[in-house]
Amino acid sequence: MIAFIVRRVAQAVLVMFIISIVGFAIKHNVGDPVRMITGISVSEAEREELREEMGLKDPILTQYWRFLKNAAQGDLGTSYFYHKPATRVILEKAPATIELVFVSSLIIVFLSVPLGVFAAIYPKNWFSRLVMGGSIIGVSIPVFLTAIVLVYIFSVELGWMPSFGRGETVNIYGWESGLVTWDGIKHLILPAISLSSIMLPLFIRLIRSEMMEVLESEYIKFAWAKGLKPKRIWMIHAFKNTLLPVITVGGVQLGITIAFTILTETVFQWQGLGFLFMEAVERSDTSLLVAYLVFVGLVMVVVNTLVDIIYGWINPQVRITGVE
Amino acid sequence: MKLKGKWRAFRDSYFLYSFLRDPVAMVSFAILLVLTVVAFLAPISAPYDPYDTSTISVMDAEMPPMWYEGGSPEFILGTDDQGRDLLSTMIYGMRVSIIIGLAAVALQAALGVLIGLVAGYFGGRIDSFFMRLADVQLSFSYLMVAIFVSAVLQAAIGVGRFEEIAVPFLIVVIGLAQWPQYARTVRASVLAEKKKEYVEAARVIGFRPNRIMWRHILPNCLSPIFVLSTIQVANAIMSEAALSFLGLGMPPHKPSLGSLINIGFEYMLSGSWWITLFPGILLVILILVINLLGDWMRDVLNPKLYKG
Repeated sequence: MIAFIVRRVAQAVLVMFIISIVGFAIKHNVGDPVRMITGISVSEAEREELREEMGLKDPILTQYWRFLKNAAQGDLGTSYFYHKPATRVILEKAPATIELVFVSSLIIVFLSVPLGVFAAIYPKNWFSRLVMGGSIIGVSIPVFLTAIVLVYIFSVELGWMPSFGRGETVNIYGWESGLVTWDGIKHLILPAISLSSIMLPLFIRLIRSEMMEVLESEYIKFAWAKGLKPKRIWMIHAFKNTLLPVITVGGVQLGITIAFTILTETVFQWQGLGFLFMEAVERSDTSLLVAYLVFVGLVMVVVNTLVDIIYGWINPQVRITGVE
Repeated sequence: MKLKGKWRAFRDSYFLYSFLRDPVAMVSFAILLVLTVVAFLAPISAPYDPYDTSTISVMDAEMPPMWYEGGSPEFILGTDDQGRDLLSTMIYGMRVSIIIGLAAVALQAALGVLIGLVAGYFGGRIDSFFMRLADVQLSFSYLMVAIFVSAVLQAAIGVGRFEEIAVPFLIVVIGLAQWPQYARTVRASVLAEKKKEYVEAARVIGFRPNRIMWRHILPNCLSPIFVLSTIQVANAIMSEAALSFLGLGMPPHKPSLGSLINIGFEYMLSGSWWITLFPGILLVILILVINLLGDWMRDVLNPKLYKG
């Protein structure tokens, strides 16, 4: 087990190392920091001096080492637009995205589990067929289109929901939360539904197919023969083993969810990381782009490593096949 | 004679048999066929040429569909913000979307099959290297990789030059972002096939690995590749739409369905819903029929696909 953890952590460190190289390469090659800082009136000689001062003329390895050292201390450079450290900008915007992802994960978990389990237990039932039919339509609708249609129906036509922004937020120990005010929650509903709309069908289908596979297995047949109550067989014996693969896939899906927050936040002008990222692209704010890359990369690597370790802990098969 | 025999084999196949007994698959296939033909015959099938600026007049901008007040029978589905006929622009846009989708899948299939075959057949270090690489790339999600690469490239070379190379760039970036799915699927089938006797026999005869891989093993791994390709075309079209919607894909003067939806979104809040809605519906129909076909094919061919 320890060998497995060490190997996974080593892999995570290697990936972060590659991300840092990519980040550094972007920073080094895209955009000119001197031009970003100075105006037009600054002379060429002064620019050269500034370049020297900022260490842009040092050997590339020295520069990379400095980048790495600063990054390890949480310093990823200064955003040209915000005139603030990029890390701080990211941390200020992160709560909005975390709340959005959190609420849509709640929607996904609380809807996909009962629906998926039901569809697996009664595959021929009309409701299961409806759910499965609906899920393939759901998979086929791009997340930004769901968002746009929701905005059009509930904000433009009906006027029930606000169409953009986070509404009223409350600062709780530096965490800008929209979850504690009614206005904030009202602003959150449509973005959260849009974000969950693409993952929900995927999870329903996954839970259904895994559960159906488990229900076919020998030990479930034995449980029936033993005369256990149906509820006990479904919920305790079958569902537990359905969860295993769902956890791993859930870890992988986090990456996709973060990609989809960019789309959702763009439609709703949700002041989170995805919106910040698109703004940074439009302004060619390289420091912020690199900071986003490193931050999101770190989150994904940590989550995936944890998921793998948890999975290896619950299911010994994984770490044994990993050894060979 | 040989062709006739092949045709007969196809006619008697289980594949065709189940196709003809599944109305959903038949309808999906018919719709997909019509959409593809209309898209590729765009210069003939579209009433106007949206790329020809001489026929476009800004005076016609934002006209509603013809059955609404203010609409004109000249423009069946209305016009977009620049006065282009929406129907024609959608047909041309669909052509762009389909071309990018197919080419991106061709690229990822080529890469994925090559890597999957080599990794599965030789095993060892090559195998673990590529599979770790696939793991890592998958954990970042194909869309994230594609969005980030496009964003950086656009920042690096500027919007103007980016727009010129948009089509080949999108093909490459979507193709490169999704090879792991193919590689894993092909590798899994190769591992299963490798143990079979015919491969051993081929090896005993003294065939080279190259020949065994391509001529003996690959033909037996085709059904998962086939199913995966169908689903991946839908995925690639969706990725292209997402990138274009973010302004990281096709430019507004040569719009794909995604960029049309993006253009329309700016005008939707002021009431011009059709610029977004019609391309959106077309995009959903296109993806839906491909997905339905993929689902049906998976049920019929029933290959072992990689989960997740």
